[in-house]
Amino acid sequence: MAKLTIGVFSSLVGSLSLDFAVKLSEAAIKKGHSIDFWLSGNATMLSKKGQRSFKDYSALQRSVQDLLTTGKFQMTACEACAEARGFHKDDTLEGCKRHSMDWYLASCFSADRVLHIGGD
Amino acid sequence: MATIKKVAFIVKSLPYKTESSRLALTHAIASQTVEIYLDEGDMVEPLLAFMGDGVLNCLKNQKAMHNYGITSLEQHLKNALLLDLRVLICKEDVERLGLSEDALIMDAEDIGGETKSSIAPFNEIMKEMDSSDHLLFF
Repeated sequence: MAKLTIGVFSSLVGSLSLDFAVKLSEAAIKKGHSIDFWLSGNATMLSKKGQRSFKDYSALQRSVQDLLTTGKFQMTACEACAEARGFHKDDTLEGCKRHSMDWYLASCFSADRVLHIGGD
Repeated sequence: MATIKKVAFIVKSLPYKTESSRLALTHAIASQTVEIYLDEGDMVEPLLAFMGDGVLNCLKNQKAMHNYGITSLEQHLKNALLLDLRVLICKEDVERLGLSEDALIMDAEDIGGETKSSIAPFNEIMKEMDSSDHLLFF
């Protein structure tokens, strides 16, 4: 089974790129693959806990929490990108890690495939 | 056995309009500290290539600090050169935008850098992309 690294840079609300990336992760994990999920730029919004679900907006907190319980999904947010947006360590979703950008490159290094989904 | 993986950062976005090109530069520069996560001898070889409207990121005399109070992409690009990252700027796009080498950041000599940017034809950049392990488009 393969390791997929998905880097996402789009915001949680305002784009469906993150929704696509989460759905892709779900499908890949069902097939037995493992995922490193990197959140950078506006995508760090997904790492914030306490997201409220509305029908008019993308709501992915529950989906990523379910993915984190599989043990095959590792979600890491860019620490500087998060801090710049006021998302601090205490605000971070349980199970989501925070690292600097070199973590993403290291994940790319060991990945069988990298999907880099750019920002807005 | 030590492994080197080439990661190409392809910058197509305009400077300052979005955060994309800044993130390309900061991620590329992060390749200098990636070893802490890797096995002994393994490394990431970064390549920065500016194409399309992305070549405008390479313009000299940016005033981001003066106008917005933030670091300029010029500073980031010079830091990349200081750290000996390979920087390619697409020749056809430079010409299309009516730019000349004089208008572009070709070196970081003012901060002690020795590596220079190269203005490279599109097919040369394509060859570099072909030989990369991973492509990251910004």
